[in-house]
Amino acid sequence: MAEELLRIRGLTVAVEGKQILNGVDLTINRGEVHAIMGPNGSGKSTLANALMGHPRYAVTAGEVRFKGENILGLAPDVRAQRGMFLAFQYPTSIPGVTMVNFLRQAMKAVRQEDVPVREFREKLLATLKLLKMDEQFARRYVNEGFSGGEKKRAEVLQMGILDPDLAILDETDSGLDIDALRTVAEGVNALTTPKLGVVLITHYQRLLNYIKPQFVHILYQGRILESGGPEMALMLEAEGYDPIIAKYGGTPELAAAGEKA
Amino acid sequence: MVTKITPEIAEKDGYKFGFNDNARATYKYRTEKGLSEAIVREISQVKNEPQWMTDFRVKSYHHFLEKPMPTGFWGGSIQNYALDFNDIYYYARASDRPEQEWSDVPEYIKDTFEKLGIPEAERQSLIAGVGAQYDSEVVYHSIREDLEKLGVIFVDTDTAVRDYPEIVRKYFGTIVPPADNKFAALNSAVWSGGSFVYVPAGVKVDIPLQAYFRINKENMGQFERTLIVAEEGSYVHYVEGCTAPTYSTDSLHSAVVEIVVQKGARVRYTTIQNWSTNVYNLVTKRAVAYEDAVMEWVDGNLGSRLTMKYPSVYLMGPRAHGEVLSLAMASDGQHQDAGAKMVHVAPDTTSTIISKSVSRGTGRTSYRGALRVEQGALHSKATVRCDALLLDEKSRSDTYPLMEINEDQVNIGHEASVSKVGEDQLFYLQSRGITEVEATKMIVNGFVEPIVKELPMEYAVELNRLIELQMEGAVG
Repeated sequence: MAEELLRIRGLTVAVEGKQILNGVDLTINRGEVHAIMGPNGSGKSTLANALMGHPRYAVTAGEVRFKGENILGLAPDVRAQRGMFLAFQYPTSIPGVTMVNFLRQAMKAVRQEDVPVREFREKLLATLKLLKMDEQFARRYVNEGFSGGEKKRAEVLQMGILDPDLAILDETDSGLDIDALRTVAEGVNALTTPKLGVVLITHYQRLLNYIKPQFVHILYQGRILESGGPEMALMLEAEGYDPIIAKYGGTPELAAAGEKA
Repeated sequence: MVTKITPEIAEKDGYKFGFNDNARATYKYRTEKGLSEAIVREISQVKNEPQWMTDFRVKSYHHFLEKPMPTGFWGGSIQNYALDFNDIYYYARASDRPEQEWSDVPEYIKDTFEKLGIPEAERQSLIAGVGAQYDSEVVYHSIREDLEKLGVIFVDTDTAVRDYPEIVRKYFGTIVPPADNKFAALNSAVWSGGSFVYVPAGVKVDIPLQAYFRINKENMGQFERTLIVAEEGSYVHYVEGCTAPTYSTDSLHSAVVEIVVQKGARVRYTTIQNWSTNVYNLVTKRAVAYEDAVMEWVDGNLGSRLTMKYPSVYLMGPRAHGEVLSLAMASDGQHQDAGAKMVHVAPDTTSTIISKSVSRGTGRTSYRGALRVEQGALHSKATVRCDALLLDEKSRSDTYPLMEINEDQVNIGHEASVSKVGEDQLFYLQSRGITEVEATKMIVNGFVEPIVKELPMEYAVELNRLIELQMEGAVG
């Protein structure tokens, strides 16, 4: 029996008074990769930010348990210490703070104990190598002047160093050319262990050619419409979101409106 | 409005230099409270000064009386404070002369400076020479022997007036004339202590000279006078640090610093000012740079109630370069009114001003800067960059840039930004396990990094620590 990692029940979330998630149910076990797909504006990033505890995303109802613990009252740093990780769609820059300082402090914070310099260095170098990144990269300021691809790699680099139990990857494929996409995906695959649960949030199917999910969920208007296996992603690739939206009583026009939102 | 800063508040704010040693302090000599021509003459007499200096003081005293309090552009803040010139002791000395052996310094003063980490730095050979001033007088001065042999002079200014009258008379009061402003006039009338540095042509002083200024007495005024002369092709880095005990009444620090950078020479002057929050810090700092000379001010202002300080460089010779890196941090009840002034007189001169300020709580920072390009300063180039960081809703920052360009063929750049510690930045760091307090410190330390990296190592470490102390209790 697989060990349950994350259990979401009836989650509703509002941003600045506007309700975005309308009751999401999802269960993720260790060792599983789940893809959450949906058109723009369907609530994918809201789900990611709410799970990590962003103060702007207000949980109005529902329950989120991580390793059995209700985490909704916990600050983001405590959630990270419990083993949650979010790879941001748009990582923010922290001028004047080098990646190496930031990573070391984050590693210490997550482990809640000092990390020997040598151990940190070895881990950093190994992860940089895995992601085909130059050692000099660690001397740059956090996300400052990074290209789109560098930002996404830097997120996966952090995932590798912090070694979480649950990794939520929010549109980690967006803005990447095919080579960068492959490198990032290979990195994620190499970091995947039987203890890790992964949530892949993506708009397109192409990432799923490289990272194979066992489960695919369609999120639309703040609800999971349908869940299935990897074949569902292929169907979406071929037919788009419209047929499935129509099946649940929505109209293709709605999907188009969602695209613009 | 005058805010009284009590010791309790200061301690809560993490000011670790607030102790005093009054129980043991004995003053060999002290003038009465307040100021008069008689007191000015008395100071000169006690110091056994030559007639020209007595005359200089008395003349300056009359300038002080005639000059109004600064108003308008350069005096934008002082009106809001009830600074009482008659509630200040203008001169007090605890020892008869500067000692050259640390062991000869009175025990209680030694304890004070030991607590401040001096002369630990000297023992570790991190500095080439050290001066320590306690209230009005310099109590300790020393310089590495090899530098002395090369002709480098590093003494307190009183000693310089006595022992090197030719050089002192040539420059003293020429860069900052007594009539320049009310506080320069005040300093010129009652000055005491400060450093005199002379670097002969071609001599490069490889590690910094350091001075340390400590106000100990309540209601004390400290008026040090520093003069640095760097001859052709020489180099020197002078570093000063300042602290004071925390009292419920005010003290006044009003220094004058004059610097002459001759052809091809380079001077760097670094200040870490961390006065307690009952000190008015009103300082005039000015340098002249001749042909191919480089003058750099690195100015860190953390403490004091009100600081008004605008280090300036007059670029007098072709290709001279001036630079000001200014860092200001204002917490509750503090106002840091700091900036820079650059005057391009000669062609092909260049200047850079980088100002970074952080405000939190009711703290306020102002950047006040002037950039003047005189006619004939062809092809000169100037860059000004001011960045302000606000830590909360209450804190405040203003920018007052003044530009006067009297020449066409010049290249001027000015950029300014004000940012708040953003929710997204905090969330990003917190999502990596870092607490909100640590995350805020990280963002602030990152913000000031471009200035901090210019400091000598031990000062950089100290400054980061001071910032962290100020940040404790800032959030959460």
